[in-house]
Amino acid sequence: MTDRLWHVTFSIYRKKADQPPFYQDFSLEVDPDEYVLDGIERIWAFHDRSLTFRHACHHSTCGACGMLVNGVEKLTCITPIREVTKDGGKIRVEPLRNFPILSDLVVDMSEFYLRMEQAHALQVVPVAQSTLPYESLRFPDDGLPHERLNDCIECGMCVSACPIALTAANYQGPAALAAAQQTYSLTSEKSLLALVDCADGVWRCHSGFECTAVCPSNVDPAWRIMELRRQVIRHRIKRIFRQDG
Amino acid sequence: MIRMIQTKAHAIIIGAGFTGCALAYDLARRGLAVTVLDRGEIASGTSGRTHGLLHSGARYCVNDQESAVECIQENMILRKIAHQCIEYNGGFFVALNEQDLAYGPRFEVGAQQCGIEIDAIAPQKARQLEPNLNPDVLAVYHVPDGVFDPLRLALAFAASARFFGAEFLPYHEVENFLTNGQGAVSGIKFWNRLTNSRSELTADLVVNATGAWAGVILKKIGASVVVTPTPGIMVAYDCRLVNRVINRLNEPGDGDILIPQRRMVVIGTTSYEAEEVDYIPVEKEQAIQMNRDAITLVPRVATCKQRGVYMSARPLIGKGEAGRSLARTFKCFDHRETDGIEGLVTITGGKATTCRLMAEKTADLVCQKLGISAVCETAGEPLRSYREYYQPSGANR
Repeated sequence: MTDRLWHVTFSIYRKKADQPPFYQDFSLEVDPDEYVLDGIERIWAFHDRSLTFRHACHHSTCGACGMLVNGVEKLTCITPIREVTKDGGKIRVEPLRNFPILSDLVVDMSEFYLRMEQAHALQVVPVAQSTLPYESLRFPDDGLPHERLNDCIECGMCVSACPIALTAANYQGPAALAAAQQTYSLTSEKSLLALVDCADGVWRCHSGFECTAVCPSNVDPAWRIMELRRQVIRHRIKRIFRQDG
Repeated sequence: MIRMIQTKAHAIIIGAGFTGCALAYDLARRGLAVTVLDRGEIASGTSGRTHGLLHSGARYCVNDQESAVECIQENMILRKIAHQCIEYNGGFFVALNEQDLAYGPRFEVGAQQCGIEIDAIAPQKARQLEPNLNPDVLAVYHVPDGVFDPLRLALAFAASARFFGAEFLPYHEVENFLTNGQGAVSGIKFWNRLTNSRSELTADLVVNATGAWAGVILKKIGASVVVTPTPGIMVAYDCRLVNRVINRLNEPGDGDILIPQRRMVVIGTTSYEAEEVDYIPVEKEQAIQMNRDAITLVPRVATCKQRGVYMSARPLIGKGEAGRSLARTFKCFDHRETDGIEGLVTITGGKATTCRLMAEKTADLVCQKLGISAVCETAGEPLRSYREYYQPSGANR
C-alpha cells in the first residue's frame, strides 16, 4: 500500500431514457489501492447524484457490480485502480454488453435470472462437492455435511464477454449452461439435459472460452459447457441401448 | 403524478434494505398495496455491505440480552424460510488468553438465559474440526451461527413481496414528503434517477426504513429520531480457511469475528461514529488492524490474498456513548407520538438477522394505525426464490 495519491480520469458511459448515450469525464484524486467501485461511488456522492450503477456487497459475493472497465468485464468492487490504469491515466467504465441498458451503468438482469432459474442453478452446495472436479484446492473437510454458497454469483460477466450471446439473443448463455452442468452433476436431474440439448443450448457455444477468462468466481463456465456436452452425449448413447430412461 | 386506482390501503416504504424488503413482504401478505422506493439498487446501502453473520445471539448474550434473544429466535426462523441464501455451519467462540477464559462462565450463563444452545468443545477436538484455528486456543464453545449472502437475503424478501403484489422502484430517490392541509403525511415527491424525471406518489401511510439515513430523511419534514450511524470495516480474503464462524470469546470488540463465505473468509469489524454516511472512506489503519486480528484467530490468513475491503454504517439507536455500548435492538417510531405528524412511521436500528422481526413489529404498528386486523404470516413459509425479484411485473400472479 502507498500513501501517494494518483490523478485519474473516470470516463463514464451515461444514458437516460430515450436520450442518446455519451461519455462523461470525472477527474478524481484516488489512492491506487482503492477499488474501481469506490471511485464510481465517490463520483455519485460528490460529483453527480444522477449517476446510476448496481452494487451491494463490495467484496465479490453478490455479483451486482460487474461492468466493463477499459473494455474488459470486471467485478469493480475487487478491481484495484492500480490494476487498470496509471497515475494520470484514464478508466473507461461502461455497462455490461449483451444486456438491455436501463440507465447509465445499470443493465436489466431479468432474462439472465430467469435462465438461471430455469437451469435450476443451485444457491447453496455441499462444501465437499463445491469445487470443480479437476481442482486440487480443497477446503477444510471434517466429514460433516457442511454447505456453502455456490461459486456462481450471477454477475452476468460471462454473458457480457460471450461472442455468441452478442449475436444470438436466444442463446441460453454460459452462466445458465454452467449452472445446468453443475446441478445435473450433483442431482442427476435429467430434465436439465433436455433443456440444454438444443440449438440455443449447449451446441451453440463456439468454444471461445471468453466466459472463463472473465469469470471472477472460479466457475469456469467453458469447461462446464464442454463437460455438459459429454453428459448429453453419454445420456443419448445410454438411451440408444435403453440403459437409462 | 402516479395515481393508484385501488381500494386497498396503500403504504409507501422508503428504503429497500433488509428492513424495507422484509416489511414490504409482511405488509403485502397482510393485504396492503405496497410501493418501495430506494435511491439505489436493492441493498445498496448498509444492508448489502453487512458482514453476513447470521447471529446466534451469543455475541450479545452477556451485555445486550434483548438483542441476543431476538437474534436466536430469528436465526431459527431464517434458517427455515431463507435457506436458499444461508451457509448454516455453526460457529465457534474461542478463548485465546486468560481474560477470554474468565469471560467463559458469564458467557455460559448468558447463553442459557437467552435460550442459545452452546456446547463446550475440547480445544483438541475443535482443532480437528477446524484445522486452521489458532493452535493456542484454550477453550472453545460451539454456537448456532450461520452466514448469509446479503443481497440475496434482501432479494428473497423483495421477491416474496412482489409475489404478493408489492411494487419496487429502485433508483427512485425520495426528495420530500407530501402533506395534507392538516400537516399529515399523504405521500412523497421523488426523483426517478433512471430517467432523470420527477413525480409524486400518494399513500395512506409512509414508512421510513432508511436505517442509518433515517434522520436525514426526517429532517425534510421537521421530524427526528436519534440514530447514530456507526461504521465498521470488513476485509475479505480469497481463501475459505474455516467452515464455521470464528468468534473471539469476550465482550464484543473490534476484529473479533471471522466468517467463511463462498470461497472467502471475511474479518470484521470496527466501530466509530460518523456524521456523513453517503460515502465512508476505507481507513487503511483499520484494514491493517483487521488483518492482525484475523491472523490471531486463524493464522493462515497471513498467507491469503486480500480480496476486498469495505465499510458499512450500522444504524444504532441512541447517541453520545461509545458505539459498542449502544444496544443492537431496533425501534419503531410513530411520528404522531414523537413529532405530532400523522401518517409517518420510522423503523431503524436492529441487525440483518432480526430484519423479519423488525418488519413484523412495524407492520403491526402500520396495520393498527390503518385499522387493519390482519396478522403477520412471514415466519412459517419459505421465501420465494430471490431470482423472482427480477421477473417482469405481471409474471408472478
